[in-house]
Amino acid sequence: MKICVLVKEVPDAAVTKRIDPSTGRMDRSGEKNLNPYDTHAIEAAMQLKEGGEVQVDEIVAVSMGPVSAVRALHKAVSLGADRSVHLSDPALAGSDVAATGYALASAIKKESPDLVLLGQQSDDGECYTIGAVVAEHLGMPSLTQVVKMDVEGEGVKCERQAEYGYDTVQVTFPAVISVGDAINEPRYPSLKAIMGAKKKPLETLAAADAGIDASMVGADGSQVQCGEFKAPPQKAAGQIIEDEDTNDTVEKIVAWLDERKLI
Amino acid sequence: MADILVYALHYEGAFNKNSLGAITEATKLAGETGGKAHAVVVGEGISDELAATLGDYGATKVFKAEGPEGLAQPVIDTMASVMTENGIDYALFGGGLLGFEVGAGLAARLQAGVTMEVTGVLVEDGKLVAERPILGDSAISQSRYKTKGIIIGRLNAFEAKASGGSAEVVNVTVEPSAQAAQASIVSRGEQRGADVDIEGAGTLVAGGRGLGNAEGFDLLQDLAKAFGGSTAVAATRAVVDAGWYPYAGQIGQTGKTVAPKLYLAAGISGAIQHKVGMQSSENIVAINKDANAPIFEFSDLGIVGDLNKIVPKLTEAIAAKRGS
Ligand SMILES: Cc1cc2nc3c(=O)[nH]c(=O)nc-3n(C[C@H](O)[C@H](O)[C@H](O)COP(=O)(O)OP(=O)(O)OC[C@H]3O[C@@H](n4cnc5c(N)ncnc54)[C@H](O)[C@@H]3O)c2cc1C
Ligand SMILES: Nc1ncnc2c1ncn2[C@@H]1O[C@H](COP(=O)(O)O)[C@@H](O)[C@H]1O
Repeated sequence: MKICVLVKEVPDAAVTKRIDPSTGRMDRSGEKNLNPYDTHAIEAAMQLKEGGEVQVDEIVAVSMGPVSAVRALHKAVSLGADRSVHLSDPALAGSDVAATGYALASAIKKESPDLVLLGQQSDDGECYTIGAVVAEHLGMPSLTQVVKMDVEGEGVKCERQAEYGYDTVQVTFPAVISVGDAINEPRYPSLKAIMGAKKKPLETLAAADAGIDASMVGADGSQVQCGEFKAPPQKAAGQIIEDEDTNDTVEKIVAWLDERKLI
Repeated sequence: MADILVYALHYEGAFNKNSLGAITEATKLAGETGGKAHAVVVGEGISDELAATLGDYGATKVFKAEGPEGLAQPVIDTMASVMTENGIDYALFGGGLLGFEVGAGLAARLQAGVTMEVTGVLVEDGKLVAERPILGDSAISQSRYKTKGIIIGRLNAFEAKASGGSAEVVNVTVEPSAQAAQASIVSRGEQRGADVDIEGAGTLVAGGRGLGNAEGFDLLQDLAKAFGGSTAVAATRAVVDAGWYPYAGQIGQTGKTVAPKLYLAAGISGAIQHKVGMQSSENIVAINKDANAPIFEFSDLGIVGDLNKIVPKLTEAIAAKRGS
């Protein structure tokens, strides 16, 4: 079977995220990295491949984003993907969640995978929803936040925590599954894999190559218009203690609690 | 005039509190535009009587369909059909995991716009505008929709208010989409681990991945014991998923919502999904070794340091204080 893993390039965790007031979009300048949540999806694909329950012929990393997103794809390949697809077109800039999901689904359609894996959330967008949008366009079932996946019959048995406890769901391939970060401990890429990543096939697709209807993507094609960023009511900043001398720190905590009759 | 359709999540004979909140909110919003709020219920053998109780929160009609519970696809199929047939342009969800899955799938099916983690909705020229806090709640962005809008609320964003009405129940049969047959529920609502009560506690000592392993919770049990009285130990989803602590003790989006007099976090980053379950606590204290952890942005007292050094000494000091 073939697995597509969706990966995204996001601002590095150390970069302070902000909205660019001139465009109303997120300022994506500064250090970038592979979305950490996506490494769990790649690892899940690798474990299926190595587990031997199903024969995995190919793992394809797919990303939509500007030219720099190639680096996230290289990282994905160094973690185990066999090749990658980069959907990149200025016409896609400013796409909302629904438009992004539609565009990604169009690129994935060309691959006809049996399984599409995603991370639980992107570190910058935090929508938790791309998987469900992609699935709908592909006509596949979708499940999010999966923390255990066992190949069973013609599909996978998945466990995930929902609003009333843990649910177990049997899903038949082809399917779209987003994995929670507790599903596995992603491996570190070997030096050899890092060096070799750039040599693996990388296909670049423009919107038209993926059969994307240009009127459904980009800022103009999006159904949601975002704007008017305002500051929320801020809670007064709390008191901060840097722990230098722990006895002293503890004394301060106890005094603070005692003052408020919390002990 | 804008009618709004709300998904009412059902579990073992009751509707989800956040769904009821969404119905109350939708009733208010639709009313402002001269429209009505309706609800959708999907389940196995839910009685008309139970479905009609959604009218108590403001629903005018309840569209009820037979189908498996706990899966998004049957709800997407039902809501898409009801919205199309009744000319409804907006859907509102009270949050939760299914809300995300159903709302996103519905947006794709109907070519609608979708906004998640919404904390407020306004009416502007008869249209809905959703407000979503972004970037760690440091800014609020407003979403306007070209045609149809799917709004997924943040947990506890909308309060349920009963006003004493009853809804008309409309039984609907919907042609399921092909992919609906590809997912089936094996079991639902499994409670993992012991039954701990964190909702009744006056003080909660909560632990996250920073505890390092399941044994890390021993430190917190000791601290809870030192506090005495009605103190319990709680956890984040990350550690519950990892099997370090029972699900019954989880705070957040897919766990409990708590508001103790004192909430003390050790090794918790303060992700939004955790915050929504504890932000109403009276006093919030956090110990985290990372000075940039989001939790410090909503703590009353933040301690930047290693919990392994601080917690044992704090336990001793509190025990000593209470002993004296
Ligand atoms: C749809 C959805 C639903 C979710 N529902 C929930 C939910 O109900 N509840 C919930 O909690 N989460 C939920 N989450 C997950 C949430 O996004 C976070 O992943 C989770 O809350 C993180 O848990 P954590 O703080 O324990 O771990 P981390 O985010 O990994 O944080 C660990 C923290 O410990 C600190 N630390 C490490 N070592 C030490 C030390 N020695 N001393 C002091 N500090 C240390 C680190 O600096 C770090 O800040 C949900 C996510 C999604 C997408
Ligand atoms: N532009 C993108 N390209 C590829 N994958 C993406 C993109 N945006 C989101 N994803 C995938 O969708 C997941 C959830 O993202 P989100 O819905 O934005 O929280 C991420 O972990 C990625 O796997």
